Amino acid sequence: MQSEGTYDLTTGAGLIACPRCDALHIERELEPGETARCIRCNTVLASPRAGAFTRIIALSFTSLVLMVGAVFFPFLEISRMGFGNQTSLFGVALAFSHGWLMPLTVALLGSIIGLPVLRAVLLVYTLWPLSRRRPPYAHAVPAFRLSEALRPWSMAEIFVIGTALALVKVGGLANISFGPAFWAFCGLIVVNAASNAFTSAATIWDAIEDAGVATDGREMTPEIRA
Amino acid sequence: MSTHDGPILTAHRAGLVGCRSCGRVWPEGEAICQRCGAELLPPDRRCLNAVWAWLVAGFIFYIPANMFPMLKTSTLGGIKGSSESTILGGVVDLMHYGNYGVAAIVFIASIIVPIAKFVSISWLALVAGRPATVSAAHKRLHLYEVVEFIGRWSMIDVFVVAILSALVQLGFVASIHPGPAAVSFALSVAFTMLSAQSFDPRLIWRGLPLRSRKD
Repeated sequence: MQSEGTYDLTTGAGLIACPRCDALHIERELEPGETARCIRCNTVLASPRAGAFTRIIALSFTSLVLMVGAVFFPFLEISRMGFGNQTSLFGVALAFSHGWLMPLTVALLGSIIGLPVLRAVLLVYTLWPLSRRRPPYAHAVPAFRLSEALRPWSMAEIFVIGTALALVKVGGLANISFGPAFWAFCGLIVVNAASNAFTSAATIWDAIEDAGVATDGREMTPEIRA
Repeated sequence: MSTHDGPILTAHRAGLVGCRSCGRVWPEGEAICQRCGAELLPPDRRCLNAVWAWLVAGFIFYIPANMFPMLKTSTLGGIKGSSESTILGGVVDLMHYGNYGVAAIVFIASIIVPIAKFVSISWLALVAGRPATVSAAHKRLHLYEVVEFIGRWSMIDVFVVAILSALVQLGFVASIHPGPAAVSFALSVAFTMLSAQSFDPRLIWRGLPLRSRKD
């Protein structure tokens, strides 16, 4: 067990290195609402928020519900000269399902539906026991690491802006109306943005460790401070 | 801004290696972070091989993305003509119709941004680890953060093609189909993202003198 404020320059215990510039910092337990930034490059090192885990879990469930709506309701509808067409989110992904454009369908399904769902599930899996002060589930560590690694590849918000651009492009050509899936998707973006704002990776790593994943015996428990 | 003027000890100079995933510090030579399981890599120029490899792959796929059509449009059963438009052709068409705003967005997102990304990553990789002043290092990190942030947004063009092809299927009146450029553009964006992710921003700070010249 490592007590707060002590560090060891030979083993690195009690220290934190900035992931962007490698500057060393002495580890300290933060109060909720505090933000730790790198002294050199100003990168956020940790920003714990009160009740963050419960909120992230709630937001993840919300995003799953909205995603079900976004997938199964009609997305956009177009009409012109008596001809009409409507498409769902799946329809959009399947636009590339001809011939050798096929792999792009998989990439599209993954980046706008699969990865957002997977990330929500992984976050709930990691944080659910932590928010109830129980030891984390098995493989919580690789689950959370996977969730962080997939973050840049989950592109739901880019897709919504893409929708806006596509609508401007065909706006003069035909009448467009939005289906419920479109609004569900817009809601999803807000929910995901809120969830990301509450997520502080460093804090979650600390919490996984404090909750009893056997790692390296270096975790600082809040009792020591008192 | 909390700028620190004194000399700063880095994990590398202390003979330690920091985990880029969770921040924990380990003695040099450890391979795996025991807290989060991520691979521990010292900040050296070896990562640049991967940066260059992904960047070249991204650039190679960017060439057919500009040569082949992105969209195939046919109006009124082909009577009013069916057209195949490349990225640049699409921009020219939009300007023809007077949609200067959209034309500008497409031009910036599909042509300026990808080329700026290729140039920025190449420059960052070329100067990585070379001596720099503190303010130059801050500028480089800022550039890297912009490239990292903006990289995924280039995918917007592929999404627009998918939405248009799924939506505009009005049989005789008008129909839009995706062209082969969509795939190579998507691959180009993905490879450039991987290139930016392979770059280790800690290299930017490697070249700084241990003490500032004043002392």
